[in-house]
Amino acid sequence: MDALEILFTASFWVAAVRIASPLIFATMGELICERAGVLNLGIEGIMTAGAFAGWFTVYAGGDLWTGVLVAALAGAMFGLLHATLTVPLGLSQHVVGIGITLLATSLTYFTYRLALPEVTSPPKIEAFQPLPIPGLSKIPVLGEALFTQTPLTYLAFLTVAVVAWVLYRAPVGLAVRAAGENPSAVEAQGISVTAIRIGAVMAGSALMAVGGAFLTMSAFNSFFFEMINGRGWICIALVVFGSWRPGKALIGAILFAAFDAYQVRLQQLSGGIVPYQVFLMMPYALSILALILVARRATYPKALMIPYQKGER
Amino acid sequence: MTTEPSIVLRLSGITKRFGPLVANDAISFDLQRGEVIALLGENGAGKTTLMNILFGHYVADGGSVEAFGNQLPPGDPRAALDAGIGMVHQHFTLADNMTVLENISLGTQSLWRPRLDRAAARRRIGQLAADFGLAVEPDATVASLSVGERQRVEILKALYRDARILILDEPTAVLTPAETDALFRTLKLLVAKGLSIIFISHKLNEVMAVSDRVLVLRSGRLSGERLTRDTERKELAALMVGQEVKPAEVAAVEPGAELLVLDNVSTARRNGAALDRVSLSLRAGEITGLAGVSGNGQAALAALISGTERPTAGTIVIGGAPMGEWSPRTALGHGVARIPEDRHAVGTIGDMSVTENVIAERYRSERFSRMGFLDWKAARRFAEKIIADYDVKCPSPEARIRLLSGGNMQKLILGRALDPEPAVILASQPTRGLDVGAVSYVHRMLLAARQRGAAVLLISEDLEEIMALSDRIVVMSKGRLSAPSARGERTIRELGELMAGHGDERGDHAA
Amino acid sequence: MRLEPKPAPSLAVTLIYPVAAIAATLVFTSLLVLVAGASPLSVFYLVAKGAAGSQFALLETLTRATPLIFTGLAVAVAFRAKLWNIGAEAQLYIGGVVTVVLGTGALPLAAPVLIPVIMIAAMAAGAALLLGPAFLKTRFGVDEVVTTLLLNFIVLLFVSMLLEGVLKDPMGLGWPQSQKVIAEAQLPRIIQGKRLHYGFVIAIVSAIVVWVIMKKTALGYEMRAVGNNPEGARFVGIPVNKVLMKTAVLSGGLAALAGFSEVSGLKGNLTLDLSPGYGYSGIVVAMLAMLNPVGVIASAIFVAGIFVGADSMSRVAKVPSYIADVMVATSLLTMVVAILLTRFRVRWR
Repeated sequence: MDALEILFTASFWVAAVRIASPLIFATMGELICERAGVLNLGIEGIMTAGAFAGWFTVYAGGDLWTGVLVAALAGAMFGLLHATLTVPLGLSQHVVGIGITLLATSLTYFTYRLALPEVTSPPKIEAFQPLPIPGLSKIPVLGEALFTQTPLTYLAFLTVAVVAWVLYRAPVGLAVRAAGENPSAVEAQGISVTAIRIGAVMAGSALMAVGGAFLTMSAFNSFFFEMINGRGWICIALVVFGSWRPGKALIGAILFAAFDAYQVRLQQLSGGIVPYQVFLMMPYALSILALILVARRATYPKALMIPYQKGER
Repeated sequence: MTTEPSIVLRLSGITKRFGPLVANDAISFDLQRGEVIALLGENGAGKTTLMNILFGHYVADGGSVEAFGNQLPPGDPRAALDAGIGMVHQHFTLADNMTVLENISLGTQSLWRPRLDRAAARRRIGQLAADFGLAVEPDATVASLSVGERQRVEILKALYRDARILILDEPTAVLTPAETDALFRTLKLLVAKGLSIIFISHKLNEVMAVSDRVLVLRSGRLSGERLTRDTERKELAALMVGQEVKPAEVAAVEPGAELLVLDNVSTARRNGAALDRVSLSLRAGEITGLAGVSGNGQAALAALISGTERPTAGTIVIGGAPMGEWSPRTALGHGVARIPEDRHAVGTIGDMSVTENVIAERYRSERFSRMGFLDWKAARRFAEKIIADYDVKCPSPEARIRLLSGGNMQKLILGRALDPEPAVILASQPTRGLDVGAVSYVHRMLLAARQRGAAVLLISEDLEEIMALSDRIVVMSKGRLSAPSARGERTIRELGELMAGHGDERGDHAA
Repeated sequence: MRLEPKPAPSLAVTLIYPVAAIAATLVFTSLLVLVAGASPLSVFYLVAKGAAGSQFALLETLTRATPLIFTGLAVAVAFRAKLWNIGAEAQLYIGGVVTVVLGTGALPLAAPVLIPVIMIAAMAAGAALLLGPAFLKTRFGVDEVVTTLLLNFIVLLFVSMLLEGVLKDPMGLGWPQSQKVIAEAQLPRIIQGKRLHYGFVIAIVSAIVVWVIMKKTALGYEMRAVGNNPEGARFVGIPVNKVLMKTAVLSGGLAALAGFSEVSGLKGNLTLDLSPGYGYSGIVVAMLAMLNPVGVIASAIFVAGIFVGADSMSRVAKVPSYIADVMVATSLLTMVVAILLTRFRVRWR
């Protein structure tokens, strides 16, 4: 098979959509936070916590969807902590975000070691299985790519639709977007900016955690250290790349995942002439490149990273 | 309209302190149905604070607010809105990324509805727009609207919520005279329909034009209350500043050489208006006043002369030499002193000390540094000198400058700028937000600089200030400059027309 | 609730909140220890004993503090100018790479010449690595947090590539590790037979030098001004972008010294576990020190003590050593709140 043929195989696109799924969740999560005006650098740690929480719930005997719910709750809790420090207290979103990542990661590792003190190879769980959609999954390439996935992937796509709907059609979404653009517009209409922002960060963090849980519950089926591996930071780049729009961010995530799936296959094709690390670097390098490309025309939410105090204009 | 006025709003004993500062001191008044009250006061007199309390943005330390007989819970903007109080803020509270309809309906429908009911909102906005002559396109993005249109959206926002009491905070600051007239017509219409209005301003002519009753605030206290028909500008001015206002004494000075010349200068369009082929010359011993409605390019001109903005076309000539390289450092190096418009965001570095701020424009000079090391002793001596010479009240040169009052901060900036006896002085809104004492201090300093032969450019939105101090007046509109007029040559009305861009000048001649 | 600036706080107020922050951290970690089924008091005692209970423990703590002083300084310098360098980890590894490249016999020089040459080269490499993100920030407005974070992953893969390729030790039994540096490129031990090396001395000297730069020089003044109010700094004629570039050079260079010191002073060669996250811990170290360069020494020793002590504690008690990471992360968050409270008063109405 040559390098170009790969692009026309169904298995390649199935893989791309699978790789995209956790990124879609987490990117939507980050997007919600940033649309409300809060940069959430806790994403990497929150994904770690979500990955563990979901996996551990199932490992301890819970059912799969309970696992997803527990992951979301864990994410929301870290989101609440993040928001408490950055919204009413107005602390540096950079420092707090990194702090949340460090805290969530270390708490997760601590809990993991506490729960499984002796294990050397991480135990597996009965994870989500692919659920082909009758009819649709028979469409060549596209149908296979989109409709032979696990339920969590379908949930990821549904999430994009819901986020897009809420942000542009529902009153609460308008309040979120206004809070990230000009918080005084929200306050002047009798809505608490603090409440909107805290809510957005909690909801966004819950989605990030579900993104992490995807990895343990729908991809690798077990939890291991450093499994998020920079995916959170990549999602931050994807939000910028998607101009803070859910649809564009979705396309960005799929393109990115396709590239990632492609490099893995190229790696196999290259037969070891090029060191494998070069391929592994590509997703990160690509993220930086994407940031540079869009930086000039990026229109940030105007109040992003600017704390708001009541009565301030 | 009812003939027997009934009270729609009652403020009793409102008191608000910010640290040691008493922003509002036991303020009480009533607003009657169909009445326009003007709340008159200088910048910093406490008007905006009072309205923020009324609207629930701030919580008062004492006193209460009653609307239509019911007491409002403190600190709850929602309760104020629900009680029928609408507020049009000085800085618009609109989200630029959303449409007019979205901005207006924000918060009027339950947040948890799955879908905003746009059809209903559109109907209602159309109805209100027709009733009150406030034409706006509901689906236009706010970012694409003019200032006047945005203000209409703000008023519609209040009406949409059935506001019966409308508070307008300095609504004309950003309007041209024609837009101001249109606003006044709208206000008349609102009153005719039974709304009551509080109109906040520091401009006497407007207050006389629109209000039924005037309340004057001075240093946080209600210093007077008059029926508009029974008073006159002079009396109000005296109540406002606490003394008879007399124009600053301006001694005659023969203008000297051209110290700074702008020759057909344009700048890049960023936020706000850019300069469009502006020519201007500043002469020794002369104050040139620049008038104009906010947002017409004054900020661009100030940035240009400050060195933070570079010309895209045309040349800057200082002392006869055209400037190639242009930056804050070159400006300072050529004797241009700058007093910026925004003391907090631009003029000072808030968390650094008074000493560190005072040397900021010259820390690399031999006086304060040797081989890259700073001489803190010399810096401190300099800070002490400025504190003494310019009568700055501050705990010590080591205090963070953020802790100083606006007036003292401005004195430090003046000291920093004027101490080296600069040839050219750019003073951008130098008295905005200062109390009367500080204002007259700034005026004296600028006049003294003129006396010793400096060329001063005074940019101000306060036409009275411009007319009192300037030897020559130029007017800026849409990035272009009018021809200069000598002191007393143009009337306020003529200047106003130039401000609205209806002047005769096409402005290619050197000013 | 609102925040109002406080007038210049007294020394007591400046100290009380950080102390309260540490106390809050201890309370939170105590809860975790209880969950783990151990007694907090005995666990903290074991941590303290493991960190400072003997000469060995103390020297181990100082050894562990050495790279943290460098990365802490790197972060403190950068954060002061609000250049969010989260890439100290990558800069550290690049410093290690340079040390190995130059220190394994490529330069036949005597130690007094070779070591400074390696140090300068390592600093240059670390500086160059941070100049990229700084350039992207000033030129294109690309957020440096994300770029420096992503570079951490790229650089680690790059190091992995080197260690399996050109820098691979032929005698390494297949492990991804480099050759040992030659004797002339090694920093001597401070006490014969102990692990503490002269990297610690260099770290202390660096902290003092950085303190002098920040307090006494025009550059330090510029950096503080830029960090505090970039627009104001630009207005008074400070070349903001140039200052950010200089900050990047200083910060990246300091972080690279951590890699140099670990390879040259302690490990002798480069491996993929040269740093167990010293770059990230440096953020905590810097924040605990409230970005004060001399304070970084103390906070680095404190953080190192927690790690060393927790390692030795977990061998005895059944509490995972990750409790140390939790403590460090928690103290970062409590500390930023403490710093806020020393400067602002919270008014609830």
